[in-house]
Amino acid sequence: MSDLVNVTMTVNGTEVSHSIAPRITLADFLRQTLELTGTHTGCEMGVCGACLVILDGRVVHSCLTFAVQASGAAIETVEGLSDRAVIADIQEAFHQRNALQCGFCTPGMLMTAHALLSQSGVPSREDIRDALSGNYCRCTGYEAIVDAIEKVARDRYAGANASAPEEVGA
Amino acid sequence: MSVLTPLDRPNSYIGRSVPRPNAKRLLAGRGRYVTDITLPRMLHVAYVRSPYAHARIVSIDATTAREMPGVRLVATGEDLAKLCAPWIGTMDHFKGMKSPPQLPLPIDKVVWSGQAVVAVVADTRALAEDAAEAVYIEFDELPAVVDIDAARAPDAPVISPELGSNLCFHGKIDTGGVEDVFAGAAHVVEEEFHFGRHTAVTMEPRAIIADYDASEGQLTVHHATQTPYQFQDIYARHYGLPESRVRVIAPDIGGSFGMKLHMYHEDMAVVGLSMMLGRPVKYVADRIESFVSDIHARDHRVRARMAADAEGNILAMDVEDVTGIGAFSAYPRTSVVEGNQVYRLMGAPYTFRNYRADLQVVFQNKVQMSQYRAVGHPVACTVTERLVDMIADKTAQDVFDIRSRNLIPDDAYPCTSPTGYQFEALSHHACLAKLKAMMDYDRLRAEQAELRTKGIHRGIGIATFVEITNPGPAFYGVGGARISSQDGAIIKITPSGDVHCSISVTELGQGTETIIGQIVAEHLGVDSNRIKVMTGDTDTTPHGGATYACRGAGIGGETALQAAKKLKANVLAVAAAILQDEPEKLDIHSGWIVDVATAQQRIELSEIARIAYFRSDTLPPGTQAQLSVAHHYAPQGYPFAFTNGVQACHLELDVETGLVKILKLWVVEDCGRVINPLLVDEQIRGGVVQGLGAAFFEECVYGDSGQLTNGSLADYLVPMAVEMPDIEIGHVETPTLDTQLGAKGVGEAGTAAASAAALNAMNDAMKPFGRTVAQVPMTPARILKALGHI
Ligand code: FES
Ligand code: FES
Repeated sequence: MSDLVNVTMTVNGTEVSHSIAPRITLADFLRQTLELTGTHTGCEMGVCGACLVILDGRVVHSCLTFAVQASGAAIETVEGLSDRAVIADIQEAFHQRNALQCGFCTPGMLMTAHALLSQSGVPSREDIRDALSGNYCRCTGYEAIVDAIEKVARDRYAGANASAPEEVGA
Repeated sequence: MSVLTPLDRPNSYIGRSVPRPNAKRLLAGRGRYVTDITLPRMLHVAYVRSPYAHARIVSIDATTAREMPGVRLVATGEDLAKLCAPWIGTMDHFKGMKSPPQLPLPIDKVVWSGQAVVAVVADTRALAEDAAEAVYIEFDELPAVVDIDAARAPDAPVISPELGSNLCFHGKIDTGGVEDVFAGAAHVVEEEFHFGRHTAVTMEPRAIIADYDASEGQLTVHHATQTPYQFQDIYARHYGLPESRVRVIAPDIGGSFGMKLHMYHEDMAVVGLSMMLGRPVKYVADRIESFVSDIHARDHRVRARMAADAEGNILAMDVEDVTGIGAFSAYPRTSVVEGNQVYRLMGAPYTFRNYRADLQVVFQNKVQMSQYRAVGHPVACTVTERLVDMIADKTAQDVFDIRSRNLIPDDAYPCTSPTGYQFEALSHHACLAKLKAMMDYDRLRAEQAELRTKGIHRGIGIATFVEITNPGPAFYGVGGARISSQDGAIIKITPSGDVHCSISVTELGQGTETIIGQIVAEHLGVDSNRIKVMTGDTDTTPHGGATYACRGAGIGGETALQAAKKLKANVLAVAAAILQDEPEKLDIHSGWIVDVATAQQRIELSEIARIAYFRSDTLPPGTQAQLSVAHHYAPQGYPFAFTNGVQACHLELDVETGLVKILKLWVVEDCGRVINPLLVDEQIRGGVVQGLGAAFFEECVYGDSGQLTNGSLADYLVPMAVEMPDIEIGHVETPTLDTQLGAKGVGEAGTAAASAAALNAMNDAMKPFGRTVAQVPMTPARILKALGHI
């Protein structure tokens, strides 16, 4: 195949470099080329939020981003956040509250939750529901997800987590 | 002094809120969905689809496509028909039902817009799509049959001329005397209801990889489905393979809700393509393809009336349901089950005995319609509950009072519904009372009255329901469908005393593996963290029904319970031989063999296992330790275990814009023994939100020529977090006595009545304007129209 382009980016802290077709989306690059299948695709048109990843500190739709556009950027996926344990309290709250069923929406939910919870203050339930508006979930009915995020917000605010949260923009 | 409850016993897991151990993997991004799986030498298929709802295929030219980069195969309907025997979606117990034979890909005509016609297999999905664009198909367009009335007109074009008409099935129920009751009734209410088509929109679309190894004649299918055994049977029979050489594996599934248990043409084709190529072939529907090929649900027009005496005692119902199912009946469960449940569930919570109903199931040039979560229930519930409210209005009674008056009394069981459903024991009145208290009903009514004076229009609606769960063979088996109503489990003790259970019910995120683990732990007497539960692989689990119609807990759970007891008896027999004691005097607690009388620990389970596996020479002569058991359980007794409950919806209507704010939902549910309250409540919440989706947002909108006009996730609305209310849940527990476990199903209860409660709430909100609505989804435009504003 001709017309391959080189992309180099940092994914979950490791620099990766590949020759890829320019039409490959970041979602496909992560899932197929790098085998980071924790990032999901549910609509491939920027609606469902299953594909959210962090690109240079901002939460973006990897289905709407071409891999070449991410060249030079620092990407973080659910695998990276898990390994770094920065969302361990969110994952634990989701687990205890059963805030996932099939789990397909969950990596995207965690990205949104991570971004919301890295802002200061305790969001209201309305704020949380509002923040989740770009994340579809077909299984849970959302309430458990709202509960889990609310719990982490309260716990973090109460100082249960001593480390200062890093800034992540939505 | 604290009271000892059953939960205080050792290893008491049933009834506890245990989080799902297998959810941690999904939270870490380590799920393994079919969409994630890559096999060596795997190819990808893209389909060329029909742009027409109804057309003859004149010619197919794939010359260019075959030459394109990475293309390995272009296959047509004729190619696949050489390998795959056709299928027909009928069942014998629906007398007179008919449906045309189907093939993976069509040969001479297409019958819905979006139907796959040609398969293009290439090295990557992108290359397959490139080549698919180069396939040229010449169509000769035929008149599309879209509307359910036009389809039944005498001069209508017939989609399958060999069937003689567009009528798939015509059913009638008549208990007799209905005309007379209506003629003499003090009150008669009637309404025409419309239920739009909607669809499952699982977050993971349909996905399948077929891997045929010609050297062994072995077909392995990684299939995102809730019913792997059913597909093992289908692939074996239709491709002429020995069943022992067909393995279906269902790994993590990204949502199913009934949608992923039907036979889809693309999926059947993938098996044939893999056989033709001798290589793994993967198909993942993209979202647009999902909308035009996943089953749709509902699509009913119901005309119904209800008669009552002067006091509001319901006397009779008379119902006519016409439902459109697409161009054929789905396989292997048919597309009649939905309508059949609609017309048999009408009025089921109430005491009246006179009932008449007519069901017409109609072919049309649309995507197939078939079973989706709560099959038929939302339609029957909405029609019944709205008519009950209309009787309440006529007789100036409160919505709770009219139901108290008419619901089957809690002490009247066992009894039957007017259509012959047998009820073992339901708790309508207990649920109703609990709901009224939970929602602080009188306060809400007072608040509603006060707000109305300020121009704020709130509505309160309630809906009682019954739900069919734990189905026996009466559901599918008697109709000739090879769909099991029993389940099987194999439980074994490992040499270190851990426990391994493989069972035929499947995990879809609802928590099957967790509750099976809880049941085995409790009935074997071990800690649940020493149990591993495996599901979803036809090679490693016994044959069973898997997951449909809310049977996982009730039937799968009972299977696990009985298997665990059997294994326990085996363990105690060995323990008794070792300890020179009697098995009846021994029990197992937390992995220890104990004295029943004193609870004193005698020998550890791991020690029994060690001796049995490695030092059988030290066992008394003649002792053969059986530390693995296989056990099957098929429901007997009642044909179904009915559950019941009641829901309430509170909403605020903006009469200027037609926009609705759903303020709150309450559900009181009786699913018998609750095994895991955390999981049960989340099943209900998820189900309610799907019901609210149908009530307010979700609809597959078709144009006159049979084109789906909103088939993308940007156009088709599904409920979002910000639109959904908090949902409060209460329980009444009436265990079924048919099983030792006592559990009934719960997965569909939320969906069954949510749209009914919402419709009643909307009509309540509109009451000051003297306007009504009887169509879902209740979009803002429909609300404004109902209010007379547009
Ligand atoms: S896949 Fe990116 S938003 Fe749905
Ligand atoms: S858990 Fe299944 S879509 Fe959210």
